[in-house]
Amino acid sequence: MSALSNSGGGGHDNSFLKIPTINFTKLFINGHFVHSISGRTFETIDPRTEEVIARVSEGDKEDIDIAVKAAREAFDSGPWPRLPGSERAKILMKWAELIEENIEELAALDTIDGGKLHFFNKAVEIPSATNALRYYAGAADKIHGDVLKMNGEFHAYTLLEPVGVVGHIIPWNAPSLTFFIKVSPSLAAGCTMVLKPAEQTPLSALFYAHLAKLAGIPDGVLNVVPGFGPTAGAAISSHMDIDAVSFTGSIEVGREVMQAAARSNLKPVSLELGGKSPLIIFDDADIDKAAELALFGILFNKGEVCVASSRVFVQEGIYDEFEKKLVEKAKSWVVGDPFDPKSQQGPQADKNQLEQILSYIEHGKKEGATLLTGGNKVGNKGYYIQPTIFSNVKENMIIAQDEIFGPVLSLMKFKTMEEAIKSANNTKYGLAAGIVTKNIDRANTVSRSIRAGVVWINCYFTIGSDVPFGGYKMSGFGRDLGMEALHKYLQVKSVVTPIHNSPWL
Amino acid sequence: MAGVSNGHDGSSFKMPSIKFTKLFINGQFVHSISGKEFETIDPRTEEVITKVAEGAKEDIDVAVKAARVAFDYGPWPRMPGAERGRIMMKWAELIEQHVEEIAALDAINAGKLYHILKGGEIPGAARTIRYYAGAADKIHGEVLKAGREFHAYTLMEPIGVVGLIIPWNFPSIMFVGKVAPALAAGCTIVLKPAEQTPLSALFYAHLAKQAGIPDGVLNVVPGFGSTAGAAICSHMDIDKVSFTGSTEVGREVMRAAANSNLKPVSLELGGKSPLLVFDDADVDTAAQIALLGVIFNKGEICVAGSRVFVQEGIYDEFEKKLVEKAKAWVVGDPFDPKVQQGPQVNKKQFEKILSYIEHGKREGATLLTGGKRIGNKGYYIEPTIFSNVKEDMQVVQDEIFGPVMVLKKFKTIEEAITSANNTKYGLASGIVTKNLDIANTVSRSIRAGIVWINCYFAFGDDIPYGGYKMSGFGRDFGLEALHKYLQVKSVVTPIYNSPWL
Repeated sequence: MSALSNSGGGGHDNSFLKIPTINFTKLFINGHFVHSISGRTFETIDPRTEEVIARVSEGDKEDIDIAVKAAREAFDSGPWPRLPGSERAKILMKWAELIEENIEELAALDTIDGGKLHFFNKAVEIPSATNALRYYAGAADKIHGDVLKMNGEFHAYTLLEPVGVVGHIIPWNAPSLTFFIKVSPSLAAGCTMVLKPAEQTPLSALFYAHLAKLAGIPDGVLNVVPGFGPTAGAAISSHMDIDAVSFTGSIEVGREVMQAAARSNLKPVSLELGGKSPLIIFDDADIDKAAELALFGILFNKGEVCVASSRVFVQEGIYDEFEKKLVEKAKSWVVGDPFDPKSQQGPQADKNQLEQILSYIEHGKKEGATLLTGGNKVGNKGYYIQPTIFSNVKENMIIAQDEIFGPVLSLMKFKTMEEAIKSANNTKYGLAAGIVTKNIDRANTVSRSIRAGVVWINCYFTIGSDVPFGGYKMSGFGRDLGMEALHKYLQVKSVVTPIHNSPWL
Repeated sequence: MAGVSNGHDGSSFKMPSIKFTKLFINGQFVHSISGKEFETIDPRTEEVITKVAEGAKEDIDVAVKAARVAFDYGPWPRMPGAERGRIMMKWAELIEQHVEEIAALDAINAGKLYHILKGGEIPGAARTIRYYAGAADKIHGEVLKAGREFHAYTLMEPIGVVGLIIPWNFPSIMFVGKVAPALAAGCTIVLKPAEQTPLSALFYAHLAKQAGIPDGVLNVVPGFGSTAGAAICSHMDIDKVSFTGSTEVGREVMRAAANSNLKPVSLELGGKSPLLVFDDADVDTAAQIALLGVIFNKGEICVAGSRVFVQEGIYDEFEKKLVEKAKAWVVGDPFDPKVQQGPQVNKKQFEKILSYIEHGKREGATLLTGGKRIGNKGYYIEPTIFSNVKEDMQVVQDEIFGPVMVLKKFKTIEEAITSANNTKYGLASGIVTKNLDIANTVSRSIRAGIVWINCYFAFGDDIPYGGYKMSGFGRDFGLEALHKYLQVKSVVTPIYNSPWL
């Protein structure tokens, strides 16, 4: 049984808890916090305690309409796209500063909203978000079209224009990071936007909106409308006056987004969907480090990461020792209150997720996989699950094919590199992959052979502001991060005019 | 009335024998599994040219299997880019050697002008292939700066098996515009030519094999949209679809992709492109550009400048010159080198255009010239110009896809920009002025993917080309087009003791 920090059950010492007051719970439209038109609100729950944190205004279609009008006005007539890139940059840099000044409170919001580790939010996730913000701020004045060579007497060039009003729909597993990886490049490009945070985690998004205004982002440029997928989200995807949509979430909803876009105004969409990413560990790996990496790959953020390495393939030469080390480490993993600096894994984000994960664990047992460790809830309050590892998994089992989005790993053995590649690619997904080896040829061959958008060699979860990130196959299309991401928010315009008497062609 | 050439002089061209009428799958010409065939019609005579094998879902399945094997195991993606380039260059040569035959195929299939096909379009297609052949070994990822001790780079990988659906208005250019970058990138292809114009596509497939493109890399399956086309869009093993055609079908393509395996799509759809003529324009030149802008290729072109806005200072003189030129335009058999406009592609288009003309009259626009069918055989329509139009009229908002122009006056530059953008489309636009400031301001203000200043239809292999708004997304031509057929893979690994960061 995994170790518990003493907050999951009986009495606890709350000296490390820093519950923030919730200052922002309304829709942020056109620079103001307003009630939804219907007046409805919804609860946002703390997954540590299963209790209500606050009620948040619930945006619906009519609120999205107003937000889009504000964003349209701000784009077509407002200052934002008409500012030089360097001026947009200054405002975005100021926003990054304000975020850093308020980082305790923001980190706490994501902890009580999403069950994420407080120290991690504060030391890693929110700083990564501000790094991305600064990265794109610095890019705002470096968006270049091309002057073309031309086959005849013409002067032709491309302009990279902001696409217009963008709809962003972000998930609950990394509320701060996903907010900024979408908002930063689109703002830098000169777009205006309507963002719907996940209904599970609306709080930090609203705080960011407040800070955006303080930083000087003009009214109407950034609108944040909390609400639910089938209402507010669908309204964004099918809006006739939104020019592009960027979505991160599940495959099922990704389909809806693309269909709604097709049915409405044929707006381009980019989708970052799920994953069932493979981690391949070769014979020459340092077993202890590899086991460490594999465990981290599945338990980081309680497995609620699209790039989790939920399928681990270990070469037979080191398999037995690896399995032993992995289980040892899993059993000493600390599951507990995410404010407790000793905890390594907090609660799953909500009841839905908890039940889904437990159900997959039952499936795994029924399908005949061997449960090496874990498999149960932890304590009786809060959505805590033990780190869970299955071995003797067959590739066509549901637990090897479906994205579980929890702390559940499928462990498999392989003989040859070719086998490993084939197994790695035996999935409808294609988001990330990891390779553990020091052999240069293996690293190069395997990295080119796995059909996935991100390949980590001797590391995992290494993201950087300039590393493009996105899926192959049914993990979606389009890239976040890197200069690549700007393209989702820009449109190419070609301008051509004849020239006369040019001294060269 | 527009000038009409009185039938054709048979000695000036050779009707081609139609050699290729079957599906081209895995390097062979084969019958469709159902055995069904469909007729392809000559719009000059309304008669059947030949029957062509009709591909449906089961044939697409076989083609995709061949393309998948060719991609996952075959030589094509595994060749260095330069070698793909050599084979494609050979293909371009073979096309040039057969230019007359191919030109004739497109002329009888689509009613397009033979001399333009032979002198312009088909050689242009060969050149486009060469452009991408030369790009095949210049597809670069990037090595990233990385903020920490990591070595990270992007690979631009071929996306895999690509589905291409092309329209009937420019069968050759559309074919190579999509096939060439996909091949250069290392992808394999299942292409469905338009059911109206399958013939040249099959010929190109034959020449591709002769050039050395391996079996399974390029598959051409003629058939209908609702069967073969739909099968491509909803196929679970096609990695990407690129479509050019109508907005209505574009919606179906995107929905089918969303419903099946969430394959990315790119869509090049319709247009109702504005041409803005300012006071300082040379009236004669401007009228020439305007006329050509709407009746080039009998108006069957997505970027047709079908809405012409003329500044009031020169409006009257412009209208006069325009109508003069329209009345002198020669409509007739596309094999006759004197002819400037051939027949519309088929009965359906023909009837649709005539119906729009009736709409225009009913809506109260003034018919300046044209408006009627020519002769009683073949789908010939007079160059047609409406003036006194209001922007919400159907003839001003809908894409007509025929030789029908709407003409309107404007006062100020701001008015012109507002009118130009008053459309759900956003494909192309034209500006006629020598004033630098007007040119720069207006080109940035029109929401369209292509802006032509003092010219129209200026295409180039390296000019990216595609829509804003409901004209679609994604770009054809230019190095930009390669991105549709590539996927970005990021590779990251820690480094130690780097002397710099």
